[in-house]
Amino acid sequence: MSMTTTARDTPSTLSGWLIHWRIDIQLLAALCSCTLLGLFVLYSASGQSDTLVINQAIRLGIGLVGMIVVAQIPPHWFRTAAPWIYVIGLVLLIATLVLGDAAMGARRWLDIGVVRFQPSEIIKLVVPLTVAAYFHERALPPRLPQVLVAALIIGVPVALVVKQPDLGTAILIIAGGGFALFFAGLRWRVIILLIVLAAAAAPLLWFNMHAYQQQRVLTFLNPASDPLGAGYHITQSKIAIGSGGLFGKGWLNGTQAHLNFLPEADTDFIFAVFSEENGLFGVLGLMAIYCFIVARGLFIAVKSQDTFQRLAAASLSMTFFFYAFVNMGMVAGLLPVVGVPLPLFSYGGTSMVMLLASFGILMSIHTHRKLLAT
Amino acid sequence: MAVDDALKNHAAERRLFLARTIAASLVLLILIGLLIARVMYLQVFQHGYYETQSKDNRMRAEVVPPVRGLIFDRDGVLLANNQPAYRLDIVPEQIANLADTIKRLGQIVSISDADKSRFYSRERQTPSFRGTPIRLSLTQPEVARFEVNREQFPGVDIRAGLTRTYPEGRYAAHVVGYVGGITERDLREVDNKRYRGSSHIGKAGVELSYESLLHGYPGSRVVETNASGRALRQLEVHPPQAGDSLYLTLDSKLQKTAFQALGDKDGAVVALNPKNGGILAMASTPSYNPNLFVDGISQANYSRLLNDPHNPLFNRALQGQYPPGSTIKPVMAIGALETGAIQPDKKVWCPGYITLPGSDHRYRDWKRSGQGWIDLTQAIERSSDVYFYKLGMKLGIDNIHSYGTMFGLGKKTGVDLPRENAGILPSRAWKHAHRHRPWYPGETLITVIGQGYMSTTPLQLALMASELAERGHAYRPHILKARRDPKTGLVTAEKPEPLPPIELKDKRHWDIVINAMKGVVNNPHGTAHRYVGHNLKYPIAGKSGSAQVAGLAQNEVAPDLDSIPWRLREHALFIAFAPIDDPKIAVAVVVEHGGGGSSVAGPIARRVIDAYLDEQAANRASATLQASNQSPP
Repeated sequence: MSMTTTARDTPSTLSGWLIHWRIDIQLLAALCSCTLLGLFVLYSASGQSDTLVINQAIRLGIGLVGMIVVAQIPPHWFRTAAPWIYVIGLVLLIATLVLGDAAMGARRWLDIGVVRFQPSEIIKLVVPLTVAAYFHERALPPRLPQVLVAALIIGVPVALVVKQPDLGTAILIIAGGGFALFFAGLRWRVIILLIVLAAAAAPLLWFNMHAYQQQRVLTFLNPASDPLGAGYHITQSKIAIGSGGLFGKGWLNGTQAHLNFLPEADTDFIFAVFSEENGLFGVLGLMAIYCFIVARGLFIAVKSQDTFQRLAAASLSMTFFFYAFVNMGMVAGLLPVVGVPLPLFSYGGTSMVMLLASFGILMSIHTHRKLLAT
Repeated sequence: MAVDDALKNHAAERRLFLARTIAASLVLLILIGLLIARVMYLQVFQHGYYETQSKDNRMRAEVVPPVRGLIFDRDGVLLANNQPAYRLDIVPEQIANLADTIKRLGQIVSISDADKSRFYSRERQTPSFRGTPIRLSLTQPEVARFEVNREQFPGVDIRAGLTRTYPEGRYAAHVVGYVGGITERDLREVDNKRYRGSSHIGKAGVELSYESLLHGYPGSRVVETNASGRALRQLEVHPPQAGDSLYLTLDSKLQKTAFQALGDKDGAVVALNPKNGGILAMASTPSYNPNLFVDGISQANYSRLLNDPHNPLFNRALQGQYPPGSTIKPVMAIGALETGAIQPDKKVWCPGYITLPGSDHRYRDWKRSGQGWIDLTQAIERSSDVYFYKLGMKLGIDNIHSYGTMFGLGKKTGVDLPRENAGILPSRAWKHAHRHRPWYPGETLITVIGQGYMSTTPLQLALMASELAERGHAYRPHILKARRDPKTGLVTAEKPEPLPPIELKDKRHWDIVINAMKGVVNNPHGTAHRYVGHNLKYPIAGKSGSAQVAGLAQNEVAPDLDSIPWRLREHALFIAFAPIDDPKIAVAVVVEHGGGGSSVAGPIARRVIDAYLDEQAANRASATLQASNQSPP
């Protein structure tokens, strides 16, 4: 392990120990408060299931250890490794399409003997890194051919994921890679052109959607049209949030989830449970934590010392925010129902571990800075 | 890279990045603001409304599955019915220990391993507050036993429902098909919303091809529940819309006759109404009992059906592909007449075999002594192979292919039944694509007598017979005659679809060929006269065929039929239509390894045609009788 960048003393205090192990104290504090809060909410949302909370706590532990391990790796390693991991991720995605398990009619899981996991989770993390690595040695803002290469890096896994079919993950991959492009300095007129094109392509996309995906969009536009399906989810989750009021019904007192009116309370719809029990002030507090994490990430990006690090740190931070926004927007009825979990909150292993790994990268970027003459 | 690096302006890039970070932060703030505004709207301004909603949230929406449409034959004889049945549902969320509950249930009603595995696989796909069936079709004693012990099983409930039965059983199994439990694979094909609450879906035959008509649309009801989620009373009902009932073109009496005529042989009979393409009968033997499939067929029964060497699940009428043998000679004759390859009255010398120049391979006639000097009519009547070898040489493979295509060979008929096969009508292009070889002249000779690469389904042969019967104005074969809207009771007839007509340059060519086909049955020299031509009450045209399964060695004498192993015997084929001047039925019969086309397949065709025309005559008579009874004295 490279220890040559900064002088190290033997740690005598906790903060000294944390600095020694290249951990960003502020980020760690925010992440820990968020995930611990998440465990409490999960306990309530799962109908006070010990096993679920213990499972999640174990994954959280694995994720935190993983994050610290990742933080020890010098950032230029990620730059070198990202394209390779990207290629491996693509191969795994194709393997999933060919031999993956079909859960609920979609091929997303790959069984590799020991664990079942979703290769799309790796891809979500590695696409912004690969785009950042691509731009690292190139003059910015990027010229058209380079933008096209970046679009290809993003587009190939998106096409494979759409084929699974998993529209939610596809949108998240586009967001991750898109942020990297944005921070690289993609020209505003191109951005506006893309937005216009996307709006124009919407009808085309519509006709290529699976029936259930079209249904979700229709349901979003008019929840009452399908009171038994996704519309039922949204109606019930709005009742949960709205009945929470300013201060909430209190921990373990939310009725919506506990009486099983609210389906998927412990995964995609956990934000509804949180809002019901903690009210508007709880929601503001949670948003403050999320904002702090993103702000810290952007701060690390601004302070970082090369193009790859800047683009990687900034796009990972914004992607994190995007996940949170899409989930909360969906649960609050602002966005259509797409299967996106609430980061650091929802029950689920791979997503938790991969998110914490991305924060490990941020910590690595921040703690491996060289002293520069100003 | 080095060039790029040289162009990199680090200070400018840092400024650009800072600007972008500020822009991103602004967007972030706007989105957060939007979200907070939304949550505030719900939690502050609409709080009162949602609080009441939450307190009164004792309502739950449930699906009411639709009733599946019935299937009738053309005269209203029931082919697929819905019968009341009881099923046992488990609502997993109301049960603490699922395995234990199922174990205890097993002491009251019989629960097989198949039931359990079906339950667990379906339970995983259903929200836990919805019921999943652990047993279908409970017997009356089982219903009674459960009712007595009901208290011990909270979260388990008996639901009355309907189950599908097929009164005609094996006779119409291949046509009507069957329904079975919905699988994940099925759900990928259909609109999931329509299948909420449903347990069955069409898997074969009409049940599959008209699934979207038969299924109907689910309704919903809103029920008031107690705190534990149990339904107390019904508040609001949107009734489901039952599926359409279907009337098939099938004549179930004729279907039974065809099935019985095949007896214990493996084979198929297809009878079409040449006037509209309606399938009057489509029998495939051996068959199976479709009722076995409805509630999930047992592994033992299923492997018995799958491993049966006679393959009962296979619909030979639609999927079986057999060399048509001499049954295609009338079509080849029309091609030869139209292209001027032959003169109908010109006599041709037909010895027992011919050879091609430069080869000593003998192309034999089925009659080893040869047919002597014969014209086209005699060649069809006696099914001379040598005459047709000579005809084929002049016609050529390209014409064989184009006239075969005209009569529907080598392509799917487009019948409204699933899993139809297309057969093969070879051509130069086909051989190049599939065998990577050029076309050899010898192959033309065996193709023109329906051997070699050529293969056809019994349905295609019946369509070919219809084209001959209607002189090129046949209709697409179909099974759906009409549908009945369950709401209005209105019966809408399906419109038959005419196929592109076959227009001959000289209409008399039809007469020549049809007349020769009449001779096959009626002329004492005709191949089928002995077997089909006795005591005819109507004029009938036919053509026999035998399809070689194993080739004969060059100098081998065709052995006695009974001494050949069954698997190597020829397939027996026969096509026919009647009455010639006003065709009402066109038939194709294939008997696998049956031996002689005329002697084995011919009588089956005759029996089917007899039954149909007799029935029609009887119906006409009773109709006249009724009319005369009703008329005033």
